[in-house]
Amino acid sequence: MKYKIVPFIVTFLFIVSFIFFFKGLKNSNIYIPSNDFEKEIPFFTTRLFNSNIKINSDEIFKNNKYYLMNIWSSWCAPCRDEHQYLMELSKEKNLEIIGLNYKDNTLNAKKFLNELKNPYSNIILDPDGLIAIEWGAYGVPESFLIYDKSIIKKIIGPLNENLVFEINGLIK
Amino acid sequence: MSSIIGFYSLVLSSSLSFLIIFFSIKNFRNSKTLDKRIISLSFLQFFLVLISFLGLIISFINSDFSNETVFNHSHTTKPLFYKISGTWGNHEGSLLLWLLVLTLFIFLFIIKSRQQSTQYRILTLLFQQVIIIGFFVFLLKTSSPFNYIFPVPEEGLGLNPILQDPALAIHPPILYLGYVGSSIIFSSALSAVSLNYITKEWASHIKQWVLLSWIFLTLGILLGSIWAYYELGWGGFWFWDPVENVSLMPWLALTTLIHCILVLEKRLILTSWVVVLSISTFTLSMCGTFLVRSGILNSVHTFANDPERGLFILIFLFTLIFLSLFIFFFFHKKNNKIDNSIFLFSKETSIIINNWFMMYFLSVILIGTVYPIFLDVISSQKISVGPPFYNKLIIPFLIPFLFAMTIGPKLKWIKSDIKDKIYLFLFFLISLFISILIVKNLKINFLLNTILITFSFYLFFITLRDFFIRKNKNLSQIIAHFGFSLFILSILFNNIFTTEIITNLKVGESFVSEKINIKFENLSQTQKQNYKSFIGKFTIENDKGNLEIMEPELRIYNQPNITTSEADIKTNLLSDRFITMNIVQSQDYFNIRYQIKPFMIWIWLSVLLITTGGFLRLTKKI
Repeated sequence: MKYKIVPFIVTFLFIVSFIFFFKGLKNSNIYIPSNDFEKEIPFFTTRLFNSNIKINSDEIFKNNKYYLMNIWSSWCAPCRDEHQYLMELSKEKNLEIIGLNYKDNTLNAKKFLNELKNPYSNIILDPDGLIAIEWGAYGVPESFLIYDKSIIKKIIGPLNENLVFEINGLIK
Repeated sequence: MSSIIGFYSLVLSSSLSFLIIFFSIKNFRNSKTLDKRIISLSFLQFFLVLISFLGLIISFINSDFSNETVFNHSHTTKPLFYKISGTWGNHEGSLLLWLLVLTLFIFLFIIKSRQQSTQYRILTLLFQQVIIIGFFVFLLKTSSPFNYIFPVPEEGLGLNPILQDPALAIHPPILYLGYVGSSIIFSSALSAVSLNYITKEWASHIKQWVLLSWIFLTLGILLGSIWAYYELGWGGFWFWDPVENVSLMPWLALTTLIHCILVLEKRLILTSWVVVLSISTFTLSMCGTFLVRSGILNSVHTFANDPERGLFILIFLFTLIFLSLFIFFFFHKKNNKIDNSIFLFSKETSIIINNWFMMYFLSVILIGTVYPIFLDVISSQKISVGPPFYNKLIIPFLIPFLFAMTIGPKLKWIKSDIKDKIYLFLFFLISLFISILIVKNLKINFLLNTILITFSFYLFFITLRDFFIRKNKNLSQIIAHFGFSLFILSILFNNIFTTEIITNLKVGESFVSEKINIKFENLSQTQKQNYKSFIGKFTIENDKGNLEIMEPELRIYNQPNITTSEADIKTNLLSDRFITMNIVQSQDYFNIRYQIKPFMIWIWLSVLLITTGGFLRLTKKI
């Protein structure tokens, strides 16, 4: 009895895997980050850079304020370039800047901030880059302007004077 | 011109398959001796594929851009060596190489298997022809290497620079010898099952093919790994990348098969194991081909994302799977007359234990590779399974595995008892003592690492002792197992003692720490045949005051326009020093990665030792 059932189970398993592979072929394997605006921010949990305390996205973006989430890393050279603009924006009272430390080494990141000063009100960690993927980020640096838990503007690449001007316009 | 000859030679060769099948079936009915025409036709088929392959090589050498494959993958400024290796550095050419090896191997099989029964030889040939026809159709229908383009382009698109590396030039042919060798095992096992021909003689005959494929597969994987270490510039040698996994899976199945064949040869038990493993080795190779060629996974090996190709291999793969399932379930009979009994303390038991562990490792890798694809289909979630998954699931189970590997060969066939084995215990204590000494001062997981190192040392010492005491008795096994213990030890020490420094430096700046001092001396620029080269000069001073000059390189290739980073690696018997330099955009800073990797060279050497073990067994006349 046992011997007769084995062939059927094995055959069935292979048929199932055939179907999966067949379907998988049609799915594109090229990952295209989503590009939607006015979209709700994804929910995630992570740890704080300074204290290593667990925190989730609802706690980070809880206030009735504008937030700028900036994806950065100490190994990323354009991040150095845009840092002065972040420092400028950090003076705005209506805006809180959140840093997402992307695939970075904590020691190097601390060195980076000591050297260039810290514009962030909170820094959260993304050691393996998963949060950045959920946000639909293409790379570093990238910034998201957020209000009421939805993304108002997505900035790909480093900030510059024009963008700072535009952000200032949006948050007034 | 050479392309046209190549194309027609290929078409002619494919039609020969039908002739061979026709004569084989005729011969199969009244089979006393093998029809000489079958041998000649098999040779002719191989010869025609060879001409076709040479035709493609000549097109590559002459940079004949009227050929689409040459246009897509070559360039006039490329060095001759890489023009030739570019022939199989792409999807179409590599399939032609597959076919070349397939036809060569079946010809060799036919002339090397004279002692076997004619029916068995013909049936194996028939199964092999099914595979060969599948590849011919695939090649001619979806990926012909001889497509013509008009108007003829002036210049080709070039070969991906990271593929322009000597290790990678010979990696595919060697790996294919292994894969294709497993197809012979597959056909042979199917025909042996159908004819109820599984005997001790069959086992010692097919063992040669198993060993041959295993040697090539091992060397192929080793070359790929060496390439990744030297060329990709990440300082690792194994990344648990899906593409690496699909070459490791057939290897695990094949290694298990070698052990089972040895049992079968002696005692005619484990026949089901042998048949299932023979089938799965080749289907896993094909599955790997499917995964990397269909574009379902993304990697360097994904030559082109063409769903039609993927669909073809998928259907072909599952045809082979269902064919072999059918044959296995309907024809395979367990021979009950033979004494099946297995005692607890015997070689057989330890080999079965070995099998189950191997199957466990194989399933972990299979799940890690395939699960993301399945999950994507079910829930459109993208996940990536990385090293932590494999490390957590595999490393702890290495401990009993290593133990079985040490004790197993000590036991006798059928039944053995434990007498005069005090030295086994003694060696264990020595190993334990050494590993405690090593692990004690390190900030790592004490228990797991101590046990792991203990058992590796245990295998190391026991095999070393055997090497000197039992002279020449099963030398191949001793060398292979010794190689494995060395392999695990080198990987462990490499992982535990690697130090890494990552920093950004400008010319003239230095990185200073307690242990090391890295100074960026200068940067020189030269123009080479098909790339521009930037060589940085670094002086590295360690805490003992030894100076070393290292020169990592950045290459900016002209066609296609890609920047690659060539690591500078200084090797000696104790450690590798590894430095890479990367551009930090729009600044004069360079990102510098410096690593000290102990016992790196022993990883390669130990794999070579393992292969030597297999090679010794192959050359040994029994």
